Amino acid sequence: MARHTLSVLVEDVPGVLTRVASLFARRAFNINSLAVGPTEVAGMSRITVVVEAEGDLLEQVTKQLNKLINVIKIVELTTELSVQRDHILIKVRADAATRLQVTQAADLFRASVVDVATDSLIIEATGTPEKLSALLSVLEPFGIREIVQSGTLAIGRGAKSMSDRALRSA
Amino acid sequence: MSKGSPISPALLAARPAPPAAPARETVPVVQASAVRGPNAVVAPTRMLGSAAIVRSLEELGVDDVFGLPGGAILPTYDPLMASTKLRHVLVRHEQGAGHAAQGYAMVTGRPGVCIVTSGPGATNLVTAIADAHMDSVPMVAITGQVSSAFIGSDAFQEADIVGITMPITKHSYLVTDAQDIPRVLAEAFHIATTGRPGPVLVDIAKDAQQATMTFSWPPRVDIPGYRPVLRGHAKQVREAARLISGSQRPVFYVGGGVVKGHASLELKELAELVGAPVVTTLMARGVFPDSHEQHVGMPGMHGSVSAVTALQQADLLITLGARFDDRVTGVLSSFAPNAKVIHADIDPAEISKNRAADVPIVGSVKEIIPELTAAVRESFATQERPDISAWWKTINHLRDTYPVGFSQPEDGLSAPQQVIKRIGELTGPEGVFVSGVGQHQMWAAQFIQYERPHAWLNSGGLGTMGYSVPAAMGAKVGNPDRVVWAIDGDGCFQMTNQELATCVINNIPIKVAVINNSSLGMVRQWQTLFYEGRYSNTDLNTGHDTVRVPDFVKLADAYGCVGLRCERDEDIDATIEQALAINDRPVVIDFVVSRDSMVWPMVPSGVSNDLIQIARNMTPTWEQED
Repeated sequence: MARHTLSVLVEDVPGVLTRVASLFARRAFNINSLAVGPTEVAGMSRITVVVEAEGDLLEQVTKQLNKLINVIKIVELTTELSVQRDHILIKVRADAATRLQVTQAADLFRASVVDVATDSLIIEATGTPEKLSALLSVLEPFGIREIVQSGTLAIGRGAKSMSDRALRSA
Repeated sequence: MSKGSPISPALLAARPAPPAAPARETVPVVQASAVRGPNAVVAPTRMLGSAAIVRSLEELGVDDVFGLPGGAILPTYDPLMASTKLRHVLVRHEQGAGHAAQGYAMVTGRPGVCIVTSGPGATNLVTAIADAHMDSVPMVAITGQVSSAFIGSDAFQEADIVGITMPITKHSYLVTDAQDIPRVLAEAFHIATTGRPGPVLVDIAKDAQQATMTFSWPPRVDIPGYRPVLRGHAKQVREAARLISGSQRPVFYVGGGVVKGHASLELKELAELVGAPVVTTLMARGVFPDSHEQHVGMPGMHGSVSAVTALQQADLLITLGARFDDRVTGVLSSFAPNAKVIHADIDPAEISKNRAADVPIVGSVKEIIPELTAAVRESFATQERPDISAWWKTINHLRDTYPVGFSQPEDGLSAPQQVIKRIGELTGPEGVFVSGVGQHQMWAAQFIQYERPHAWLNSGGLGTMGYSVPAAMGAKVGNPDRVVWAIDGDGCFQMTNQELATCVINNIPIKVAVINNSSLGMVRQWQTLFYEGRYSNTDLNTGHDTVRVPDFVKLADAYGCVGLRCERDEDIDATIEQALAINDRPVVIDFVVSRDSMVWPMVPSGVSNDLIQIARNMTPTWEQED
């Protein structure tokens, strides 16, 4: 099954995330990741959701999503025509002996060290899922204590804004 | 004048529509304002949230509401008592309020309204909301909610009804600020009645009802995520006309959307122009007159051979406001295998959901059909169209050879089909017929002749047993001048007959025909056919030679209704006529019928529609195509 990134512009009202998420659940779609946050327009939020689905089913879910009153607009963002980023925080073992090696590895991935303790570091990194997984495999030998990762954020390339046309007629 | 009369055109086949300006159904597709009702201007006035609920309903043009009070909605029932514009019908169970609102909406075309309390009051409404959602019935359900400070604390009579009903409402609101009440109610009515109609739930916290707010009207309604498309795409309409002009075996597959869209006259004009066979689904019975020579029946699991076969053998389905439901298509992959599909529907999600459309047209059938008629007329004028007389010969042969009929039961009891047929004939096409779910529902769809839309109400999508009595009650409130029959089964009737009390107390004289075969008949039919006659838990002991628990005549009597019993063929007409003569009280007739009668034709579950049976293990004889 192919992986699709949907950007869903919604009204920022209580329950909207439940309405969107439960539609995916009803159709037995697996949500790979989901990220939600405010937008440049007051009262509007944007949900970026990555799902695995076949084309026909995806179209049906998109149509069902469009039926939700609080959903303003949905676009599918392809990797070619959009910038897609994940964000990760990694707690990795690092004592005096290994600290330098770990920070050098982080540098190679343009990741930054955001917390230091006697026997651990927290590394913050941003990138595509592929880059982050490469970083993780480099850090693996040092001992990964804990990771936390955001859902994918995605934005279309070029000057156009997703909210432009959706709200003009409002 | 009957409240429902503006949308009930005399749609009789014998009387052709006047050529110049046929009297279209007058319910407008689009209102100038998004706020329903007369749009009176009300200057800012201080009042309680509860008063604002009542006032908003008044300003929205609501006349009748169905409901039952309780703790969390108590504040609203106080100003409701003082209202001179709203008639509140006190039901005996909240499910009854919901179905009554549905019945009211189905005959009037106006949104049905029900008001109940929080917790169990709201959850009792869930079945009716789900039913309205499946059958696209415009309905606004107002539920009380515990005070906002208690929400989420498992307070007494608290239920997250917004959460519970999320998958079965078109939209829902939780109101915790009194100031939001007028806008939310205006939005709820707008959403429920426009686009594809459906139920909208408004859950209002008790403290919002008790708080003071400033009421003004009309509120500003702006819903950026809700813009139903009404006009069909012109290019698609032309493409549809092109397909129609080239088709040798076209069929109109007409669904409930044409009833909801009030487009029966538009349909008739198009159908007569094209001259193709018309099938009307369970939800569309009456939208095209049964007596019209182009009408070839109801399709589906219990459809007529001519209607089912017309769809199966068509080369073009002109689908209007229908949704390729599994009860119509049978096994989807074998449904109408050689047909191209034109699919017009107001809900884009229905198009290509089950069957891929060759020509999708999103929009209101009220707007699309006249445009399609114009395009077809133009197309017919410029190109020669194929001769469809061979197609008609095939269909007419099937219609003449396999009419929907029934045989006399061998046990000497009356045939249920005969009872239902006579109710239809003696009442006439101006009556309203509301069924429950099961065998009697199918017989009422098959054996009553429907000549106008909004005359046939049933629970099609959800299949809710118990729909009939409360929905008939709502229909009678909406159409007080019409004869309203609840055609119910003995199983269904026992689920909701407490609303007979509501009917008696509020002078809502419906007529209830209990088609009493002393069993859960449709389930029993399947047990006969597919479970070797092992009748597991389908005997209800209400009929002939049983203990008669309950005795429906005594039950009717206890409620203050007229109770009649009919056990012999020769009494059927006289009993129906007796019921038709009583208009001051509800009438309940216990029609004792055979339990062995079955619904035919039938497409067994899980097989192609080509395997339709006209009786047990009997399939039609197909002519070889030459």
